[in-house]
Amino acid sequence: MNDILKLSVCRLSELLGKKEISSSEITAAYLERINKTDGKVGAFLSINKDNAEKAAADSDKRRADGKPLSALDGIPCAVKDNICTKGVTTTCASVMLKNFVPPYNATVVDKLENSGIFSLGKLNLDEFAMGSTTENSAFKITHNPRDLSRIPGGSSGGSAAAVAALETPFALGSDTGGSIRQPAAFCGVVGMKPTYGTVSRYGLVAFASSLDQIGPLTSDVKDNALVLQAIAGHDPKDATSSKKACSDFTSMLEEGAAKLRIGVPTEFFGDGISEEVKSGVLGAAEIYRRAGAELVEVSMPSLKYALPAYYVISSAEASSNLARFDGVRYGYRTSKQTDDIDSLYLNSRSEGFGKEVKRRIMLGTFALSSGYYDAYYKKALKVRTVILEEFRKIFEKCDVIIAPVAPSVAYKIGEKTENPLEMYMGDIYTVPVNIAGIPAISLPCGKTKSGLPIGMQLIGNHFSEALLYRAAYAFERESGISGRTFATV
Amino acid sequence: MKMIKDYEMVIGLEVHVELKTKTKIFCNCKTDFGAAPNTQCCPVCMGMPGTLPVLNKKVVEYAVKAGLATNCQIASFSKQDRKNYFYPDLPKAYQISQYDLPLCEHGWLDIESDEGTKRVGITRIHIEEDAGKLVHDDELGTLIDCNRCGVPLIEIVSEPDLRSAEDAVAYLKKLRAIILYTGISDCKMNEGSLRCDVNLSVRKKGTDKFGTRTEMKNLNSFAFIAKAIEYEYKRQVDAIEAGEEVIQETRRYDPTSGKTYQMRSKENANDYRYFPDPDLPGIVLSNDRINEIKSSIPSLPDERKYQYVSEYGLSPYDAEIIVSELFIASFFEEAAKHTGHRKILANLLISELPRLVSQDSECVPADPALFAEVAEMLGEGDINSSTAKKVLKEVISSNADPRKYVTENGLMQINDDDILKKAASDAISENPKMVSDYIAGKSAAFKSLMGQCMQKTGGKGNPVKLTAFLEKELSDIRRE
Repeated sequence: MNDILKLSVCRLSELLGKKEISSSEITAAYLERINKTDGKVGAFLSINKDNAEKAAADSDKRRADGKPLSALDGIPCAVKDNICTKGVTTTCASVMLKNFVPPYNATVVDKLENSGIFSLGKLNLDEFAMGSTTENSAFKITHNPRDLSRIPGGSSGGSAAAVAALETPFALGSDTGGSIRQPAAFCGVVGMKPTYGTVSRYGLVAFASSLDQIGPLTSDVKDNALVLQAIAGHDPKDATSSKKACSDFTSMLEEGAAKLRIGVPTEFFGDGISEEVKSGVLGAAEIYRRAGAELVEVSMPSLKYALPAYYVISSAEASSNLARFDGVRYGYRTSKQTDDIDSLYLNSRSEGFGKEVKRRIMLGTFALSSGYYDAYYKKALKVRTVILEEFRKIFEKCDVIIAPVAPSVAYKIGEKTENPLEMYMGDIYTVPVNIAGIPAISLPCGKTKSGLPIGMQLIGNHFSEALLYRAAYAFERESGISGRTFATV
Repeated sequence: MKMIKDYEMVIGLEVHVELKTKTKIFCNCKTDFGAAPNTQCCPVCMGMPGTLPVLNKKVVEYAVKAGLATNCQIASFSKQDRKNYFYPDLPKAYQISQYDLPLCEHGWLDIESDEGTKRVGITRIHIEEDAGKLVHDDELGTLIDCNRCGVPLIEIVSEPDLRSAEDAVAYLKKLRAIILYTGISDCKMNEGSLRCDVNLSVRKKGTDKFGTRTEMKNLNSFAFIAKAIEYEYKRQVDAIEAGEEVIQETRRYDPTSGKTYQMRSKENANDYRYFPDPDLPGIVLSNDRINEIKSSIPSLPDERKYQYVSEYGLSPYDAEIIVSELFIASFFEEAAKHTGHRKILANLLISELPRLVSQDSECVPADPALFAEVAEMLGEGDINSSTAKKVLKEVISSNADPRKYVTENGLMQINDDDILKKAASDAISENPKMVSDYIAGKSAAFKSLMGQCMQKTGGKGNPVKLTAFLEKELSDIRRE
């Protein structure tokens, strides 16, 4: 395997700075890797070879002229296909947007480009980011690079798989209820769901607007902090983006685990969690303790309400967000003869959306319907307030929370596709974070007997990303476990 | 028609006003009327995937102005909600509006009605985005013009306080005047920048309970609104008298037939599934900000009306006409600086208005100082009222100097008692039939005699003095 692929973003940046490597060499290495392995992994929906090569050459020219746009100028990446890329098809892994070419970039894509970072291609996902396995993609199955018979998780399954398969130095994903953290855990990479409002949502095709957040997936913690730094910040085009100045996410990186108060929430280790995951995460807590951190038992009594509240809120918002896909202005339109506008809507939407998307649209439409609003949507908002309050209380007792990301490790392709409820249950540990709008980082903390990655998440208070990176980096150093620990295709 | 008198109509109006902000409510596209189709739109107002709305602060300012000008309470916290429904002119398949926390509530305005001044409640004013326009083409089918998508609107909802078509029109005219004064909209019904839906029900006079109401749409002139109300009122009364039920429904007014037709019934009504728009944070307004907006509102129609009545001695009715348009009021006030005869000025202005201004007028096409001069001369008895009309024509058409014109054309009023006395006695002696008719009690004969007097003075005789002389001579004759 080409040695370039083993280098971190951080290391690549150093080498580019010293002109010991060129962006064109890096890009060629990754394009070759994609060419070789993605037939088996299936992370990419489209590959942007020509654009990437041109962008790499431009970057090399800037470096040669001594005018790099940033320290990361020349680093390629890959982008989840629900993030709009100007002139490049953005499908959301849906028949509905199979041929949709946005005339605009998402703000994150603009920010990357302004740093000299460019995209190798667009990554697979569950259709419109709805799912936990990437099996809901209308176009292809993505395989877990650690075990090709298993799912990579979802919905950012393509993003996690591409990083795990060394097909990109880093990837962007989106997390509405765990969609960055769970695939990161299943594929053994590092994924961050930032505080709501840290990264602009402009150009992210909305699933659930009050929960969606873009974040990076990387091989290690430091890379993750560097990438988040490049994409975070206030955006006047997103009214929900925070006006708070971004902190330096790497500022506390070296401070270690000593004196950190780490909360262990009882309810996150209760019924339904696999023994291997439980002992993996508790083992990680023990590593923290040995490194000088203090473990504090905390409690989130309302955890059991978080999941239903999440499915009501996210589906309600989705039912409205996805209503614009009606076959009138862009996207899929039925080929059936239609005499009236209603059947144009009906047929286009019936044919253009997959099963899971339809399920959520119906769920959300129901929850918002007159007569049911109070019982579902309004009640879910109340749960949201309760969860927020419980987190607030927890963070009076500790600095970060340690928790499992999912009840199990990556399972077999097709294993749960017939049981949506069981699939939804897998989101139990990730959704409270989105409901509260707080940040959480998912990182590998061990492996099962069969060698599959076990993930854990560190959850922090609003805008505590720098602290989370510090805690995660401390673990990475103490344990020696990172995204490069696991075998790949 | 006997039956109809037993009923009264109960009307509430929903008025949509397009705000004349430079850019749209959630993006930077222009809002100019009449641009070529789809030249004033962008990914945001076309609802492309991934795009997000950002509220134009001017929209809030303008809506608050409307609220303050109509005596509303302004919410310190309000939010925006999504109203979900499918229609091809609505790119996102939801309209961003306000549901349970509107910007303004609990306002009122006063109208002049048959029973005097009447206060009409304003339930709420909220902000929302306009939809696009569907254009039906015989060859190409239905086309969508997105220029209007995202043009800012305010919806002003009245209480069901109106009881007649006249009330409704008076309310609309007053509301329009207030909005024009605040400068937040052009309020052009023909361009759709002021649109009105009428909610109407009927009930037996003396009862409190509301009847079932219908909502009428597509009313784009004051005249149509009045006609539609009269028609719908009669239709509902007829239905009740025939033992039928009035159905809650939306009806469309057809100006050609003058009738209303069912658009959709309540059963087919949309469930809009309102919920707070997660893309938009709440709107927070401090008292300081509200006061700042308040101080930017110019003197409003009622304030000026009060001034005209109390200081200038105008009747409330005349004052209402003058304040109905800011440009008329401004003209009046400018002219009033040049004469003390303000009542006469108002009368002259009001009688000339139909000739001076049309629906699209934005100014009074005359020099206010010259106009005032005519009022001054009339008030001072230098000319009589028929001369005044003649002179005004010249002022309006050629900016003639009234005094000069009157002198040059020998139009000064004849106030000389000898001349006038002679004209009166000549008229009497030359027209014995008129005199005998007058004595026999035919009052019209007096007018004829006055006409004779005027003729003898070349239309310039002082009518007050002539009347006095005529009356004196006639009473002398009667005594004989």
